[in-house]
Amino acid sequence: MRILVCVKRVPLTGGKMVLTADEQALETRHLGFTISPHEECGVEEAVRLVEHHGGEITVLTLGPPEAEEQIRETLAIGADRGILLADGGEEWDPQATAAAIVTTIETEQAAGGEFDLIVFGNESADSGNYQVGIRVAHALSRPVVTGLKGLSVEDGRARCEQEVAGGRDVYVVPLPAVVTVLEGINLPRYPSVPAKLRARQKPVERISPERPSARLEKLRLVVPPGQGKQAEILGQGPDAAPAVVEVMRELGVA
Amino acid sequence: MTVLVLVEHDGGAVDELSLQALTFARSLGEPEVMLVGGADAVERLDVATAHVAEDERLALYAPGAWASALGEVIDRVAPAAVVAAGTNRGNEVLAHLAARRDLPLAANCTAVVAENSAGGAGAEGGGLLTVTRVRWGGSLLEEARVHSQLPLLSVAPHALPAAVGEGAPAVERFAPAVDDADLLVRVAEHVDEVTAGISLAEAKVVVSGGRGVGSADGFGILEELAALLDAAVGCSRVVTSAGWRPHTDQVGQTGTKVSPDLYIACGISGATQHIAGCKGAKKILAINSDAEAPILANADYAVIGDLTAIVPAITAELRKARSP
Ligand SMILES: Cc1cc2nc3c(=O)[nH]c(=O)nc-3n(C[C@H](O)[C@H](O)[C@H](O)COP(=O)(O)OP(=O)(O)OC[C@H]3O[C@@H](n4cnc5c(N)ncnc54)[C@H](O)[C@@H]3O)c2cc1C
Repeated sequence: MRILVCVKRVPLTGGKMVLTADEQALETRHLGFTISPHEECGVEEAVRLVEHHGGEITVLTLGPPEAEEQIRETLAIGADRGILLADGGEEWDPQATAAAIVTTIETEQAAGGEFDLIVFGNESADSGNYQVGIRVAHALSRPVVTGLKGLSVEDGRARCEQEVAGGRDVYVVPLPAVVTVLEGINLPRYPSVPAKLRARQKPVERISPERPSARLEKLRLVVPPGQGKQAEILGQGPDAAPAVVEVMRELGVA
Repeated sequence: MTVLVLVEHDGGAVDELSLQALTFARSLGEPEVMLVGGADAVERLDVATAHVAEDERLALYAPGAWASALGEVIDRVAPAAVVAAGTNRGNEVLAHLAARRDLPLAANCTAVVAENSAGGAGAEGGGLLTVTRVRWGGSLLEEARVHSQLPLLSVAPHALPAAVGEGAPAVERFAPAVDDADLLVRVAEHVDEVTAGISLAEAKVVVSGGRGVGSADGFGILEELAALLDAAVGCSRVVTSAGWRPHTDQVGQTGTKVSPDLYIACGISGATQHIAGCKGAKKILAINSDAEAPILANADYAVIGDLTAIVPAITAELRKARSP
């Protein structure tokens, strides 16, 4: 199988959201970064499919140059090559993001054949636009199933499972297809040290697409009210147990 | 000005989140609604017109077909905006529509205002809409301008009250032109799963553990307390990543959102992504060895110290209080 997984680099924000002075971004100077959790599971799912069916995994990201770090993480758990679309230091709206991904996919497919499966996270952790995978699927005229908590491939078809109230909904679609996955579809593996070293040798291609003007134009970010309560300290250690039970009584849950 | 709202229902009753979307739509103009099936569910809808798509092939959910049906009503009604609840289906159907018509979609909005419109709400005169929308699962908001003649907007769950009212909408049934491509992606099968115990999303009390619990076995004392309180057990992402608990127990942005009367966070630091899942709780009690942990700025009550001593002490105290 030829699989493409699209991932996004996001900051590990910790206990508090802090904005830059121009309110255009999170202040990330002191933060670490990671792959958005849904996509981390997307990469793991692709690795499992290739372990089972054979094939090759390409990982694509639109982001800053530093996003190579996140691509290398995916190469360390089993992806074969990476493509970094440089965002030029600005946020791209979902339509522009999808268009850049589509252009890259078309070029890749012309050169190396069709991707049987294109995997996205259901929504990115930071901007949460819920649409890039669907837009890409439409542009490529492929079926798309979203929000997967289960996936298997057999006889050129993907069996896709969603968690819904009271159980699971199952879809069966022909490949080539697009899927978007949710954290929990699997438990991603940790890379081994030798795998991390091998990942350094794997190819990462860089492309600098042109950023079109945004049709969903970010004006500013706002930290919602509610951060910064002060908890009432009921006590220290086990001696606080009676005070806790008292609170439970007041709340009517004891 | 007409705003078209996609309304979800379970056959008998309209979804609460769709009623919230209706409240949102009212802030822009006069809503008309579209439902797929469910002509009997329209009584709770205080709107003039309900467009009901009827086709046996739509008995099972097919996002492309829903988008086609919605597109037909758009072409008939020429609304100024299209609104849906920010549910899996609401977001998905709007994204299909957005992709087909090359329109922007603003997902999970909490508010909307029309720019350049003298005299309050309304997008007359081709003014653009400015929305407030949710990022990071609710930990951050974005104000954004939607550059479109037909803005597509989904509404963040629980940001607005549900529209209440009785209505007697004129029901306009129609048979949408659905083709095979629209039905390629369709629910093929529903598998029932009975979950044992108290569901995390609906529990009145949640006893939740983080890295501070230390191990899978460490959750034993949390389970004991939970059993006494008829509570569900939850956890942080560190716990699921370590394989101590299944992902179904995870509370947070990429886990379950809970809204109990009391949320007890044991050994959880209070990362924004965790808080995104438990801020719907009426009260939060933090048990943490670190008096500076960020969870304290999100909690109502705290006990400082080692959870391995505190949790069993609470269990014992509860038992004592209950024994006559
Ligand atoms: C995009 C994204 C999505 C995410 N989604 C989620 C999500 O859905 N849910 C989620 O939980 N996280 C999520 N995370 C991860 C999140 O950022 C944090 O890493 C995680 O919540 C931290 O888990 P923790 O509080 O258990 O661990 P830590 O942050 O390590 O905190 C452990 C806490 O335990 C306390 N402690 C230690 N020992 C004891 C003891 N003996 N007694 C009492 N207290 C003790 C410490 O003081 C500390 O406060 C997400 C991250 C990203 C980037």
